[in-house]
Amino acid sequence: MPNVTLVEAVNMALAWEMDHDPNVVLLGEDIATNGGVFRATVGLKERFGYKRVMDTPLAETLIAGTAIGMATQGLRPVAEFQFMGFIYAGMEQLVSHAARLRNRTRGRITCPAVFRAPFGGGIHAPEHHSESTEALFAHIPGLRVVIPSSPQRAYGLLLAAIRNPDPVVFLEPKRIYRAVSQPVEDTGEALPLDTCFTLREGDDVTLISWGASIHETLQAADRLAEQGISAEVIDVATLSPLDRDTLLCSVAKTGRCVIIHEACRNGGVGAEIAASIAEAAFLDLQAPVVRVTGYDTVMPYYRLENFYLPQVEDIVAAVEQVIAL
Amino acid sequence: MKSRYDFHVDSLRYLNDQGLPLDALPTWAEESERVLAAYRNMVLTRTFDQKAIALQRTGQCGTYPSVLGHEVVGTAIGQCMTPDDVFVPYYRDQAAHILRGVKLSELLLYWGGDERGSAWQDCPHDLPIAVPIATQCCHAVGIAAAMRIRDEHRAVVCCLGDGATSKGDFLESLNLAGAWHLPVVFMVINNQWAISTPRSLQSGTETIAQKAIAGGIPGHLVDGNDYFAVTDQLLQALERARAGKGASLIEAVTYRLGDHTTADDATRYRSAEELKQAWERDGIKRLQRYLHHRALWSPDQEQQLQTDCKATVELAVADYLAVPPAPATDMLDYLFAKLPKALEPQRARLVVRHGQEDV
Repeated sequence: MPNVTLVEAVNMALAWEMDHDPNVVLLGEDIATNGGVFRATVGLKERFGYKRVMDTPLAETLIAGTAIGMATQGLRPVAEFQFMGFIYAGMEQLVSHAARLRNRTRGRITCPAVFRAPFGGGIHAPEHHSESTEALFAHIPGLRVVIPSSPQRAYGLLLAAIRNPDPVVFLEPKRIYRAVSQPVEDTGEALPLDTCFTLREGDDVTLISWGASIHETLQAADRLAEQGISAEVIDVATLSPLDRDTLLCSVAKTGRCVIIHEACRNGGVGAEIAASIAEAAFLDLQAPVVRVTGYDTVMPYYRLENFYLPQVEDIVAAVEQVIAL
Repeated sequence: MKSRYDFHVDSLRYLNDQGLPLDALPTWAEESERVLAAYRNMVLTRTFDQKAIALQRTGQCGTYPSVLGHEVVGTAIGQCMTPDDVFVPYYRDQAAHILRGVKLSELLLYWGGDERGSAWQDCPHDLPIAVPIATQCCHAVGIAAAMRIRDEHRAVVCCLGDGATSKGDFLESLNLAGAWHLPVVFMVINNQWAISTPRSLQSGTETIAQKAIAGGIPGHLVDGNDYFAVTDQLLQALERARAGKGASLIEAVTYRLGDHTTADDATRYRSAEELKQAWERDGIKRLQRYLHHRALWSPDQEQQLQTDCKATVELAVADYLAVPPAPATDMLDYLFAKLPKALEPQRARLVVRHGQEDV
């Protein structure tokens, strides 16, 4: 079994599905000959031809809308936005069409498309290349928002996203595109959507996160273990629709919860999770739910980005705070 | 200095305002049954339109966009497309929808505030009505690209208004249609008004047809009240598309004879004189005069047609009004292929609050 990085796992999943489903096509900027600016699609044009791996003009509204049009015909387009910072031009297409087509035609027309975008900070990228605005999409009924946090989950969740009969916004944490490798079996086996993954079991506190922040969260759990605090770590993975059951069960067990996300705090997905816990598990809580997040400001340019991103120390401190209560 | 690229925009018109041919008509115009069928569809569309407005005025239908002045273009579209082609409409294409198999009762159901009005039982493949301006252009090129990927000899017709040509969606789609040689025809129905904004404020270009040049595809100007001109140009564009020769843009010049919608009052921004002049160019009247000239139509036939159209529309209205309300749970049941577990509590709440049909 090969050891692969997260971005290589994306490539593997795309290749597997293209090989097994002739309806899968890729479109985006610089994805064909260049293989994508992060090389997520490298080698696929050579293997599947330009007809199925298409370089588009530089126009994000068009990329979103074209993918939707293709999807209405039963193709399974996987559209790449080069960076999440450029996805907003496609927002009207995602909100007003991709998310609504099945509902507004009562199932007559559907949109089985995947919209991929690298997102998040921490790689010293140019301005507009480091934001985490997943909450914008999670707020839209009809869109699935999926974020992998490891090569195995990138592979399995992307396969599931492509096979899903409805639109999926698939956000790839580019800070960990190449940060870790792990063995990924190329068997075409998908992982379930709409399901949280419990990465580490524990009894004293539930740590909830997704994307790149999972790695700081796991490191924090290691450090807390040294202090005798047993932390459960949950990767939300599908931000919408949200698997509340897994989160609530864990909080019922631990009685304490810290939510970690890179996105700014105000109106973030962490707020939805905290509210859900308050509504359904209030009596299980032994301390208030605490969030460790980015600040409510514009994502800083890279000289300040590490001051913005949640660090292991921040997570440990938050846990110490809720344990003390 | 050398001229690198020069362009011209051709303009097509066969009938004058009195319905007399200005030139030899295309050969297909000899198929009198086709022409008569077109005329009947135009009259049916107008009859339907008047009734839909009346339903809105009496509280039996929601906000509705009148198709008055668009009947010729829509009818030509409906006739020229084959069942295998895909129609990508905006929201003033009633005449085309009728010929594509959409039921009048479905159109009423849609504007009557019910999603089931887009479920089109006898027209499974056309895209639903698009309300957000110009967004459908991107879908049209996506569908055309799917046809190309699968080596199919089919085509897409995408309708939009003059206002929509100001939006990036249109220009980006036009650009892709040229770059990828896609089998799509953009039918710009220039009715001179985008709600209250006149064509002159929409763009500084002399024609909308010439915007095609920037996309690398041919652009044609046609008299949108001339059934023969619209049909002939569209037939050529569709043949070109199906033969793999690429996209076209047709600017059909007409006039929005009604308000933008039933929520609009066009007297606020345009003169009675302008409207009066536009009525003199009405395409239905023009085709009727042509049919009379050719002795293909009589006052008795006209009377019969009016009676038939009214009866057809009344039946559709009865069907529409008889549709029982959908269960409240429909709002969740069609969001995804399968209701996600996360939404089960909300569905249960709807059932408690409003009841449900068995699913």
